[in-house]
Amino acid sequence: MNDIIARFQLDRPGFQLDVDLVLPGRGVTALFGTSGSGKTSLLRCIAGLERALNGLLSVSGEVWQDKSIWLAPHRRPMGYVFQEASLFAHLSVMGNLQYGIKRAKSDQPVNFEHIVGLLGIEHLLQRQPQKLSGGERQRVAIARALLIHPKILLMDEPLAALDAQRKQDIFPYLERLRDELAIPILYVSHDHHEVARLADHLVVLEAGRVISNSPLTVAMAQPDQRFQRDEDIGSVLDGQVSEIDRRWHLARLDFPDGGLWMRDHGLPVGKKVRLLILARDVSLARHPPEQSSIQNSLQGRITAILDDTHPGLALVQVSVGASLLLARLTRRAAATLNLQIGDNVWVQVKSVALI
Amino acid sequence: MMFLTDGDLQALMLSLELASSVTAILLLIGTPIAWWLAHSRAWWKVLISVTVAMPLVLPPSVLGFYLLIAMGPQGPLGVLTHALGIAPLPFSFAGLLVASVLYALPFMVQPLQNAFEALGDQPLEVAATLRASPWDAFFTVVLPLTWPAFLTAITLCFAHTVGEFGVVLMIGGNLPGITRVASLQIFDHVEALEYAEANHLALTLLLFSFLVLLWVYARQPARQQGGTS
Repeated sequence: MNDIIARFQLDRPGFQLDVDLVLPGRGVTALFGTSGSGKTSLLRCIAGLERALNGLLSVSGEVWQDKSIWLAPHRRPMGYVFQEASLFAHLSVMGNLQYGIKRAKSDQPVNFEHIVGLLGIEHLLQRQPQKLSGGERQRVAIARALLIHPKILLMDEPLAALDAQRKQDIFPYLERLRDELAIPILYVSHDHHEVARLADHLVVLEAGRVISNSPLTVAMAQPDQRFQRDEDIGSVLDGQVSEIDRRWHLARLDFPDGGLWMRDHGLPVGKKVRLLILARDVSLARHPPEQSSIQNSLQGRITAILDDTHPGLALVQVSVGASLLLARLTRRAAATLNLQIGDNVWVQVKSVALI
Repeated sequence: MMFLTDGDLQALMLSLELASSVTAILLLIGTPIAWWLAHSRAWWKVLISVTVAMPLVLPPSVLGFYLLIAMGPQGPLGVLTHALGIAPLPFSFAGLLVASVLYALPFMVQPLQNAFEALGDQPLEVAATLRASPWDAFFTVVLPLTWPAFLTAITLCFAHTVGEFGVVLMIGGNLPGITRVASLQIFDHVEALEYAEANHLALTLLLFSFLVLLWVYARQPARQQGGTS
């Protein structure tokens, strides 16, 4: 029973939160929504910074809140990364890191070097927080949260206060966390690029309620205007580099039950990658395509035909084994081919992006 | 001839003793009041705020008068001290202390309240997520981040108590060695037409006040804004 069970009701003037969630006990779960959707309130309830009525919260089998139990925030074995400005101004970077370590009294040895290295802040330890850039501060804040051996890492839009360049700078660190940490991460965001890139699981909130709770690959293949913008509708696949074609400068990327060729970006064989395949770059055919410039062609089965943003368009969801792809077609094309749910089709992929 | 007479020194020492005691007591009771005022959302918080601020605008004789009545044999404080078997408060050092604590209360509470409000909740929340209990967070985060306000409050309380006149006259009478503080001693010198002696003691207090305020004002720019970055 390593899942996270979270049930909260909050009643604030002009805002209500009412959620009942089971979340995976590993990987990155994104809590996505616009401002006012309740995503930060939910995170604060989990942290105990907000006290919800009728709450139930269990993390990895430990109850933090129910009818008779309420752990104060400082008794919850969590790490929390705030949106901005959370380093103590009266302490150096080292003092900030030590603040949590001293109080956590963990029975595990603190792997100080490893975490400091993971976030690349070795050279900042003697500095004062005021002398750091926004990105550096957030990296220190993340390290500080990790050094207390949390059972869960809660991140409240940790990149929101950073400009585009700083976000790009800090992203590789977040991806390393995702790949190296054994603990679940709850990641609040309103940026679907961030979510598509980082998350394994996606919860979409709207007006204090959960409107979707599913693995990211599934969520992306069931497009929802509340999550994705029109142009960005596409599916996400997790795969790895399996082969390099040196002659044509191509790399083969395998994902569950399929594979695609794309330009060789110099990634080594075996490297794990996440692919974004935009629905507009996918076309469908009844017969195996011959003499097409599109080299990536897969066999699949139609699992759903969904409305698109424009009445002339349709989004066709196709399963290639265990993987889901989306194709954006005109309604007329779908009718001409007489596409029906359950039909076998050939999926042609014109372009793949690594995210 | 000495610059100050024995009576002057005795009065000065009494003033310093009173001011130190008042400041210490106010640190203990003013800090929680300021904390509560900075964090409470109760509607009647404004009533407490106003009550605390009253000594700023009231004539000291008004406050002194009502305190004297309250401390008298029929007053609530008088009944209480009698029931507890404590000596009556009027015309005693203890009575002076009680009156002075009330009179200096806003000078302790207001700077602290402002500092706590400016600090906000976030440093406390951050501390809680790093396993610090509320008490722990107060001493390891709030105090280090608001100590300039504490210094200001302590200094103002101390200086204000030394400079008190009306309230101590009403409550303390003017008993040498017991309630005759420096400000009253000056008054006595003037009444006795001892202008030279009055000048010496008055000059001492003037310099003292000037230096204290200079120290507080000179420190102002060093104040920190906010607690986290």
